[in-house]
Amino acid sequence: MEPKVNLIPIHIMGKQYMVPDVLTVMKAMEYAGYQLTRGCGCRGGICGACGIAYRLPNSYKIEVGLACQAMVQPDMYLAVLPFYPNKRGVHDVENLGANVDTFKALYPEVFKCVSCNTCTKSCPMSIEVMDYINAAMRGDVRQAAELSFDCVMCGLCTSRCPAEISHANVAILARRLYGSQVVPRAEHLAKQVKQVKTGKFKEGLAKLKSADLTSLKELYKAREAEPDNAPDEWAPKSNDYL
Amino acid sequence: MPYTPELKQLIKKVEATRPERVRRKKEGKEMPAMSLEERQAVLDAFHPDCKKTSKRPIGVGVNKGYAISPEIVDTLEAKSRVDPDKVDLTPRFSTDVLVVGGGGAGAAAAIMAREQGAKVLVLTKLRMGDANTMMAEGGIQSASKPHKDSPYYHYLDVLGGGHFKNVPELAEALVADAPETLAWLESLGCMFTKEADGRLLTIHGGGTSRKRMHYAADITGAEIMRTLRDEALNYPEDIRAIDFTSAVELVLNDKGQCAGVVAYNHETEEYFTVRAKAVIMATGGSGRLHIQDFMTTNHYGATGDGLVMGYRAGVELCFLHTVQFHPTGVSFPDQIEGLLLTEKFRGMGANILNIDAEQFVFEREPRDVEAAAFIRECEERKKGIATPSGKVGVWLDSPMIDDLKGPGTVQREFVGKWKLYLRHGIDISKEPMLTYPTLHYQNGGLKIGAKGETSLPGFYAAGEVAGGIHGENRLMGNSLLDVCVFGRRAGEAAAGFAKAGAREGKLNLEHVKKYHQELEKAGLGRDRVSPVLLPDYVNPDVKKYQLTTSYVGTIR
Ligand SMILES: Cc1cc2nc3c(=O)[nH]c(=O)nc-3n(C[C@H](O)[C@H](O)[C@H](O)COP(=O)(O)OP(=O)(O)OC[C@H]3O[C@@H](n4cnc5c(N)ncnc54)[C@H](O)[C@@H]3O)c2cc1C
Ligand code: FES
Repeated sequence: MEPKVNLIPIHIMGKQYMVPDVLTVMKAMEYAGYQLTRGCGCRGGICGACGIAYRLPNSYKIEVGLACQAMVQPDMYLAVLPFYPNKRGVHDVENLGANVDTFKALYPEVFKCVSCNTCTKSCPMSIEVMDYINAAMRGDVRQAAELSFDCVMCGLCTSRCPAEISHANVAILARRLYGSQVVPRAEHLAKQVKQVKTGKFKEGLAKLKSADLTSLKELYKAREAEPDNAPDEWAPKSNDYL
Repeated sequence: MPYTPELKQLIKKVEATRPERVRRKKEGKEMPAMSLEERQAVLDAFHPDCKKTSKRPIGVGVNKGYAISPEIVDTLEAKSRVDPDKVDLTPRFSTDVLVVGGGGAGAAAAIMAREQGAKVLVLTKLRMGDANTMMAEGGIQSASKPHKDSPYYHYLDVLGGGHFKNVPELAEALVADAPETLAWLESLGCMFTKEADGRLLTIHGGGTSRKRMHYAADITGAEIMRTLRDEALNYPEDIRAIDFTSAVELVLNDKGQCAGVVAYNHETEEYFTVRAKAVIMATGGSGRLHIQDFMTTNHYGATGDGLVMGYRAGVELCFLHTVQFHPTGVSFPDQIEGLLLTEKFRGMGANILNIDAEQFVFEREPRDVEAAAFIRECEERKKGIATPSGKVGVWLDSPMIDDLKGPGTVQREFVGKWKLYLRHGIDISKEPMLTYPTLHYQNGGLKIGAKGETSLPGFYAAGEVAGGIHGENRLMGNSLLDVCVFGRRAGEAAAGFAKAGAREGKLNLEHVKKYHQELEKAGLGRDRVSPVLLPDYVNPDVKKYQLTTSYVGTIR
């Protein structure tokens, strides 16, 4: 049975095309005959390469979305925004303070936020964009980092911001400050790094590297498996090669 | 698009058998896993790698006679996109280290090469970070917990996963560098999921003997990629990145060293030369070649370009005879076809069912076995579920996770996928998902040594484009690790070569000319050019009207 196709009109960069109503904007563009070179990356809603802006009939609103996620709608009138000029402060994350001064120095425009909330309304990932910008203004690095965690850096918020803030870059600065300075470093990891550096595991690895296939398979089968539901403190019976 | 009335009818059957399946599972009565013999039998008969038509010997070059996927062979048995006699070899850009590909491996390489004092240029096909690295969800492995784990056990697991075929030096480098690499990511500010005291949370992955999978919620790859990208872009004086520009050919010099690339500007369609003292290939995988017509989890630019460029210059390929399929890719709705549904769904207990809502395979077989069993159910037993667009799939019964672990579990644990499906009118905590195997990972690639070096002086490779680290089969979490470990290693080594090993010489494309002659002699590749650069999804009905006769653009 041939699947039934229902065609609807959409306007891509001002030109009308008839496309099946079950497609995403990205696939509709390909259906229309576009060979995408920009505005397409992961095709799965995570890379932020495919921002679009569009209007629907009888509405004054500018809507935004990701072409790989947004479904076509009858008579949508759309433009692709595969690139939006963003400002990026150059910094050395290890020597910055995780505080408000850093944002003042690198992104002073943040403090021109007029709290219009357009950024939040235009986020395809449903992030509370204005809230994390406000957190940055207060120097609350943790909240700015956590609220912005799902950001795909598509730049749609920036395209709509009257204060001309480059939100996504403010957000990644917050996350990097948070990850490197606010959250404690993992001590167990630092210890393991030291052990590797002292050459503790060289001998064991050398043995494995030169082992013949049969003994390697034996060792593999004999290795003790941490049970699925074991707590983190679980330790194997044998301390060999640890 | 929500399920059609026909599919909703079939879902009723799934709902009818669910209470009994949940009850059995709660009592610990699992469907038995296959014996080793049964596994081998289903693999031999149905795994895409084992099909007779799944391989073809390469007709030219250093690996002549090596049988691999015909789709990759096609790209090797093809002419250059440019006429080597016509290319202007006067460099438009010159740099110490040239990185081809702005994914995880490329970004890590650029950062480390700069640290060694090199000026770096990054060319990338899409934007920096539009890459497979961005898409990884699950996690990154590293033996980070001294009280129960060490590189020794990590090594054993890596080899077991790779059928014990891995190159020992590469596997050793991977596991030995893992802790330091993870600490590096931590210091750059990656927000790994942690306890309040800084302890990293770790879970199991397929084939791990210790819980060493670290993660950043369910967007581990994105967190690593955007951090590395941010760091690389932080040194505009030293690292220059040019987007929407692909490399299409290596350039050599008359001292027999790799000395740059021919690059292609996707917008202006110009080909131009970049001169470099060392080149790092970090172009990632090849899912978008759609091997055997499978859908793929990979990003739009994953077309195996690095393999072609390296091969034409005489660098050997290895381990490309196996391809990793992920059993559970989305087969409905069409809008998100091929997208990855993480192993975690099955890990948390979701059954796999056929059209009659019967279990036909235990849900936690190894990836290759699970995928082969799906294909058998659909192809041989004809018990798959047909989608409206003519595809096929089997049920992944996600709602039973809520029945097993309590209401709200699906929404909480799989929030990304739950939201995504909801946009298409499907609530996966109430309705099951239709899935089918999807092309996931290129197990092999360019042959490298432990510093990412190749047989061609001045030419390095890192990440999914390289082969040998994972043997015949990569385990989840070892690839994000691999791109960081070998990206870093290649970056340092290439910077070192740029300083000490590189020699001035006249640039040439003699290797391409020779390759063309060899193709000509074998009567191959007359009607094809490569690298592929981008897949072609243009509507065939439109193509009938694209009648330009004398000009070949980006794809055509
Ligand atoms: C959906 C998905 C989930 C995954 N999950 C996990 C996981 O949980 N854990 C894990 O360890 N691994 C996972 N992997 C695998 C892992 O993410 C990849 O193997 C790895 O990130 C590859 O990194 P790379 O830098 O080699 O390539 P990529 O990240 O793909 O980068 C390659 C870059 O090179 C560019 N490029 C390609 N050709 C050219 C050219 N000719 N010129 C210039 N630039 C070019 C590409 O556009 C891209 O930007 C997953 C992969 C996918 C697709
Ligand atoms: S293509 Fe990556 S978000 Fe749409």
